[in-house]
Amino acid sequence: MRIVFEKRESISHWAVVLVPIISFLVSLLFGAILLLASGVDPLVTYQAMAVGTFGSWHSFTETLVKATPLLFTSLGVAIAFRMKFWNIGAEGQLVWGGVAAAWVALFWSKSLPGWTLLPLALLMACVAGAIWAGVPAALKAYLNVDETLTTLMLNYVAILYAKNLYYGPWRDPEGMGFPGSAQFPAAAWLPRITGRVHLGLIIALIFAFLLWFAFNRTRWGFETRIIGENQTAARYLGINIKRNIVIALLISGALSGLAGAGETLGIAHRLQQGLSMGYGYTAIIISWMSQLNPLAIIFVAVLMASLLVGGDQIQIMMGLPASVGVVLQGMILIPMLAGGLFTEYRLRIVRTPKIEEAKA
Amino acid sequence: MKRKFWMFFSLLTVIAMLLSACGGSKATEAPTAAPSKAEPMKIAFIYIGPPGDLGWTYEHDRARKIVEQKFGDQIAVKYIESVPEGPDAARVIRQYAQQGYKMIFTTSFGYMDPTIEVAQEFPDVYFEHCSGYKTAPNVSTYFGRMYQPRYLAGIVAGNMTKNNNIGYVAAFPIPEVIRGINAFTLGARSVNPDVKVHVVWTNTWYDPVKEREAAVALLDAGADIIAQHQDTTEPQKAAQERGMLSIGYDSDMGKFVGDSVLTSPIWNWAAYYEQTIQNALDGTWKSHQYWGGLKDNVVQLAEFSPKVPQDVRDQVEAAKQKIVSGDWDVFCGPINAQDGSVLVPEGQCMSDGDLLGMKVFVEGVEGTIPQN
Repeated sequence: MRIVFEKRESISHWAVVLVPIISFLVSLLFGAILLLASGVDPLVTYQAMAVGTFGSWHSFTETLVKATPLLFTSLGVAIAFRMKFWNIGAEGQLVWGGVAAAWVALFWSKSLPGWTLLPLALLMACVAGAIWAGVPAALKAYLNVDETLTTLMLNYVAILYAKNLYYGPWRDPEGMGFPGSAQFPAAAWLPRITGRVHLGLIIALIFAFLLWFAFNRTRWGFETRIIGENQTAARYLGINIKRNIVIALLISGALSGLAGAGETLGIAHRLQQGLSMGYGYTAIIISWMSQLNPLAIIFVAVLMASLLVGGDQIQIMMGLPASVGVVLQGMILIPMLAGGLFTEYRLRIVRTPKIEEAKA
Repeated sequence: MKRKFWMFFSLLTVIAMLLSACGGSKATEAPTAAPSKAEPMKIAFIYIGPPGDLGWTYEHDRARKIVEQKFGDQIAVKYIESVPEGPDAARVIRQYAQQGYKMIFTTSFGYMDPTIEVAQEFPDVYFEHCSGYKTAPNVSTYFGRMYQPRYLAGIVAGNMTKNNNIGYVAAFPIPEVIRGINAFTLGARSVNPDVKVHVVWTNTWYDPVKEREAAVALLDAGADIIAQHQDTTEPQKAAQERGMLSIGYDSDMGKFVGDSVLTSPIWNWAAYYEQTIQNALDGTWKSHQYWGGLKDNVVQLAEFSPKVPQDVRDQVEAAKQKIVSGDWDVFCGPINAQDGSVLVPEGQCMSDGDLLGMKVFVEGVEGTIPQN
């Protein structure tokens, strides 16, 4: 007797809804075991986490603040993943977006009228992120260089280069030698909507809808899907694979660049440490859990943000060490990721024919 | 949209409650009500690392326990560990302020802007930021003249080195760390002018693996004593494994590592925390900038290892008396900069402002500071 995974012939609509919910419940049960082992009541803990993320208007806005960069990067990653281009580099693209936005905000404010700063900063963030993703894309398309490695390695280049800037040449001259750039002029701040939620969230939501439309209703969406599903078929259809890879990755990088711009122009108002918080990696999990669906990404990004923000409560309310919070987040994620498998595949137990038993 | 999410989450939570095997316990409400006068004053500490780092956060946590003991039920203290510097910190600090905490200690440099930001929204909460330079009517700063015990530790290292090469594992090229390296070097060269102090930057406060690697690199390059400005004991362990000596930092690292740690410049935050919490309880708390030194006991030199001979201990004691008396301090001239130019002329001493913004190394330090 053995167990095999069989690909489902058709994915039922029920499975798409039920599997994530059941996975989530299994996650909570897994987490409960950990919490019980740590000596606290899981129900009280989950309650504290829910209250800490959705319990008041303020805490909900903080969840949205966390969700904004996750939303941008997840959308960017989803575009690349649709074509089976493994862009692990959203983190570096985000950092470059933050650096480019800071460059405009810090050095162009004197020579340009105030109202142009913000659009220009956002545009430069897109360009910087796009270039950082475009290089591995071109290498892959024209020289067949493995993109997993190039995008990953370029993250470290970006993070260290940004560090060099705010520890060195861009350091605030008034900052007594401490790291971090000067504060941007207020004209370059992204307007805030409520609490710390800034315009970036609206931009991200618009992009989510635009992408959903582009994926499902345009020729480009069709072409990228075919490339992802079957390159040979794409070639027979006369689709220009190389050009499509590069274009898709330019958009992918630009979105991650906007995430960085949102963090610097909308939250920190300066280039400083804490820009790269691993959003680019979390984005991989989010877009995967969302089955690369831009509208689903909105909800999963908020859910993931709530998990990250709710982790604070493990310490604040329950008095557990920070590491328990991280482990709990991991335990909640695993069933949710594994759950995705069951929407596409089904488990089947295959009985070994009796003849073989007789032989043994 | 808010309502929808909330309902979704409540629903899932309710289902989880039904499924969970340990049902029946009462869920507690989030304590949002402001405490009445009879209730203890709520105090929160925000830590950059875990108290188990045996270094920076360990020392803040040790002081937390001391004040908890001292003030008993007058105060209720909570802490949160491993909060990253940057935007996340503002959220965490705000959560405490909203939950009725009256006094919040933010114990890392990178919490400076978030502390100021949240403080503006909560004028009735006392904020205390460690190691920064920005204050507000309800934000104080506090720090210690760690350069003084570092100078004393330098005297020990300058006497004990055999090949005159000392390695220094340093976190970030910021004034606090540069000041420490300079003071240590001045101390070492006051007893042994041939000493060179080799600096490696790790660009992290808390990364045990990186700190160890930096120490190993310095040992490979020929250093026979390892000093450090990090949050863990890893550089000390690396030196001990090679049979070399070291100077700890933050806590009495000899207790955790062994006799190879000759001594450690250490923090004694309780000396400050007791005083400022008392002021808050009495209602006499005012915004201030505290920078205490050896005489205030907020910084100290830990017990010597048995390996340190008596004459070295005597030299250290003499230098300590000179500093405590107030007649002389570490950064009094003549002091040359790394390039040989005069940094502080004879007969002058650096002002606190210059000390807090220190950007250059003194003579005898091998290493570079990124400049802008």
